[in-house]
Amino acid sequence: MTNHWTDIANADVILIIGSNAAENHPISFKWVTKAKEKGAKLIVVDPRFTRSAALADIYAPIRPGTNIAFFGGLFNYILRNKLYHEEYVVNYTNASFLIKPEYSFKDGMFSGYDKEKRKYDPATWGYQMSPPGPDGKTVPLRDKTLQDPNCVFQLLKKHYARYTPEMVEKICGTPKDAFLEVAKTYCATGKPGKAGTILYAMGQTQFTVGTQNIRAMAMLQLLLGNIGIAGGGVNALRGHSNVQGHCDMGILAHVLTGYNPIPLKEKHPTLKDYIEKETPKASYWVNRPKFLISVLKAFYGENATKENDFLYDYLPKVTTSGTLYSTIPIFEAIAAGKIKGLLCWGMNPLVVAANAGRKAEAMHNLDWLVAADIFETETATFWKRPGVSPANIKTEIFLLPTAARMEREGCFTNSGRLIQWGWKGANPPGEAKWDLSILNELYLTIKDLYKKDPKAVSPDPIVKLNWDYGRGETLDVEKVTKEISGYTVADGKPVLNFTKLADDGSTACGSWIYSGIYPEDGKNLTKRRIAEKEGIGLNSEWGYAWPLNRRIVYNRCSADPTGKPYNKDKWLVRWNEAEKKWETRDVPDFGWKDAKTGEMIPPEKSAAAPFIMVATETVGRLFGTVADGPLPEHYEPFESPVKNPLSPVQSNPAAKIWPAEVDKLAPVGSPEYPFICSTYRISEQWHSGTITRNLPWLCELMPNLFAEISPELAQAKGIRNGDKVTIATPRGKIEAIACVSERIKALQVDGKKVEIVGLPWHWGWTGIAKGDVTNWLTPQVADPSVFMPETKVFLCNIEKAVA
Amino acid sequence: MEFTRRQFLKVSGATGLGIALSSLFDLSSVKAYAQELRIKGAKETPTICHYCSVGCGIIVSTSGGKVINTEGDPENPVNLGALCSKGASFYQVAVNERRLTKVLYRAPGASDWVEKDWSWATKEIAQRIKKTRDATFKTTEDGVTVNKTEAIAHLGGAIHTNEECYLFQKFARALGMVYIDAQARL
Repeated sequence: MTNHWTDIANADVILIIGSNAAENHPISFKWVTKAKEKGAKLIVVDPRFTRSAALADIYAPIRPGTNIAFFGGLFNYILRNKLYHEEYVVNYTNASFLIKPEYSFKDGMFSGYDKEKRKYDPATWGYQMSPPGPDGKTVPLRDKTLQDPNCVFQLLKKHYARYTPEMVEKICGTPKDAFLEVAKTYCATGKPGKAGTILYAMGQTQFTVGTQNIRAMAMLQLLLGNIGIAGGGVNALRGHSNVQGHCDMGILAHVLTGYNPIPLKEKHPTLKDYIEKETPKASYWVNRPKFLISVLKAFYGENATKENDFLYDYLPKVTTSGTLYSTIPIFEAIAAGKIKGLLCWGMNPLVVAANAGRKAEAMHNLDWLVAADIFETETATFWKRPGVSPANIKTEIFLLPTAARMEREGCFTNSGRLIQWGWKGANPPGEAKWDLSILNELYLTIKDLYKKDPKAVSPDPIVKLNWDYGRGETLDVEKVTKEISGYTVADGKPVLNFTKLADDGSTACGSWIYSGIYPEDGKNLTKRRIAEKEGIGLNSEWGYAWPLNRRIVYNRCSADPTGKPYNKDKWLVRWNEAEKKWETRDVPDFGWKDAKTGEMIPPEKSAAAPFIMVATETVGRLFGTVADGPLPEHYEPFESPVKNPLSPVQSNPAAKIWPAEVDKLAPVGSPEYPFICSTYRISEQWHSGTITRNLPWLCELMPNLFAEISPELAQAKGIRNGDKVTIATPRGKIEAIACVSERIKALQVDGKKVEIVGLPWHWGWTGIAKGDVTNWLTPQVADPSVFMPETKVFLCNIEKAVA
Repeated sequence: MEFTRRQFLKVSGATGLGIALSSLFDLSSVKAYAQELRIKGAKETPTICHYCSVGCGIIVSTSGGKVINTEGDPENPVNLGALCSKGASFYQVAVNERRLTKVLYRAPGASDWVEKDWSWATKEIAQRIKKTRDATFKTTEDGVTVNKTEAIAHLGGAIHTNEECYLFQKFARALGMVYIDAQARL
């Protein structure tokens, strides 16, 4: 989130799209309710009339997979009716920047497409640059009057002119009136001083155009001046209690810690290459070398020296792109027999991942699997799942019993970037152990094996690793907390925060964005428990929000270029002209004080670079470079009941397809699979159900997998509420209980009536409450930027189960 | 005024009325009585719910090393003591006979688990990691130092601590793993 949970109460209008916050982030509704009590309006846009919709002032139905058409309609509405926050747009975004005249968009395609590679070359999407100035630097050319036909603003207007309310109705199935009501209410937050917040979840991300859905939200909020203000922002409601933290800790294929890119073989053969190519000329990322070198020192300690490039070479390098080493490629590599061993800590891909049946089959190829969890999972028991014979499966499996949340200690980061400490309550049951101690033992055992074997292959990256956190009774989790936060190497003392990091090997820091959580020995700021008594919900002394305990990022934008807040009650920073100083309520996200002299930096300076993390423009990007285009464009989901009404290009021309699974995709308008299927979550079960389907109380509340269908579809198929039904896609077939519900309705899409089938996906063959795995049905086709699978929209058929 | 349990139940039985009236009564003696019943002498530790990413605070009460109660943390400004049905049943995660309590091992072709001990398992796993890594490790590729193995993959952990996640990737990368992912897309 750019903002945070309690900040939702500061909004004038709340837009929930691609999320069912009332059911899946229930406590968030405390803050939605508080906002409404203060007069805020709640808008819910969803294929179903969810419990969030039941509490909304405005509900608009939408066909799964058509969010960009909806947003495009909002852009068109804003630009036609001049509802954008003009001063904000001119000064704080790249609206005025000129794009190269070679850029074009025609018939659904942007310039620079390579048909064979299914990829875009973004060269024509770049800025027109000035000649070098006296300092040798070039800058993008701008027209602050926003009139130049090549300026981003005009290109935006032109691109979204096709997204009329009539077109939105055609594509999304959203009645025109409902769309206009949403547009009128939400776009009113473009008025300076008004705040609109967007809450979203996987109903925005899990599509072949997922990244563009997110871009669309960022653009909407930039146009309306809603980024960097209280009650605004682009706010992801993430799915796990530490999914945010695990990303920040770099446990992903494409990044190291703190979002530093993973070294690529072709691009970064040496440390010098990495530093040169990954250090932009402008934005806070100019400090990249400090972050990277500090990680290397954290990894390799005194073994990492300037002379050996801080042992940069020990970091494994990926080929071409880190995304090629993420979940779907992992399972393809297992299927191909390339991956022999899998370590799986508290994760259950055989229930949660797309096209899960293929993944289950792939597991048979593994030599060994190590799973660590608190209950038996589907992933750990793939060898004895219904329909397979264990005798034919050679995989060795180690299932390690682990501690649950109340039996472990450490910090966790919620969706609002708030890092909170969890203390240990009890010991784990029986012989179950805490994962930190399991990993510690495992590493030390492996290190020993490598030290003792004269024939060991490349032992150095392992044995020279800086790893000293204690052992057994002396294992001290806060030694790790300290390393993540950073320390000076010479004296081992914690650094204050990342502004103290250096690129000369004098500092070590596990993840720069967390630097500051442990600023002094014995002082762990994530343990702070002081809630604010009055204010706007910043709670700046409760836990620690990264970066630097900043609660709302890009908060320079909460004030105009002279430093006057757009909303004087909900101000975050303000320039006191009389005393020539900044007054701050949140940690400023801009240069406000000279680091050496302590002198205040006047507002004009930061007004020119309010988005300090956007390299290199340092303003918000309305037009930006993403794998599948600089602007979001509606394409149909890969499995769709209709041809694309907007352009001749049916689906995302850059989407990632796997040749092995391309024949398992239903054709457009498939008569065999005539209904749209979408997956969702429910309140009483969570994720793969590993935890919740083993708890009697929750199983009593929600025991069965169900398929939600409209009364019309039920009648057409002779299905009654409670009947067993089968749902089939080209990937597989599952059984569920029919839930006939008025909440779900057919939509009129470009003249065609289309029914929707809704399926939660928390079930599997383990636990107290068992059921089929919904992800056996979902397609293996993904967004090109991050390989996000399109699990939220595909085609299916539903029938009453044969007795 | 001392409340008897019976009087308390009478009041709270008429729920709506009870809620409306509760602000008129001083319930501190009732509270104290209730606390005595359940969590007298218990150790209280705050933690964060492990389900979604709202990050609600939960107070875990333990006695004799065993969890005897879990409830919302009223001091946590994110949830102010409220919990959804999942958070409210946190207790059953700790007190649950289905919890894994022993190291389990499944041999090739076997149809069931056998119980093993930690030192055996740690040794065996370490040996397999080493064997697979050493058989497939690439120091260079196309003339570039890559120091990787593409034969081992590492998955997890979106509900682990930051400290664990940090060490997972430190461990995985030190061993040369490149196939690393967790629940970010899920």
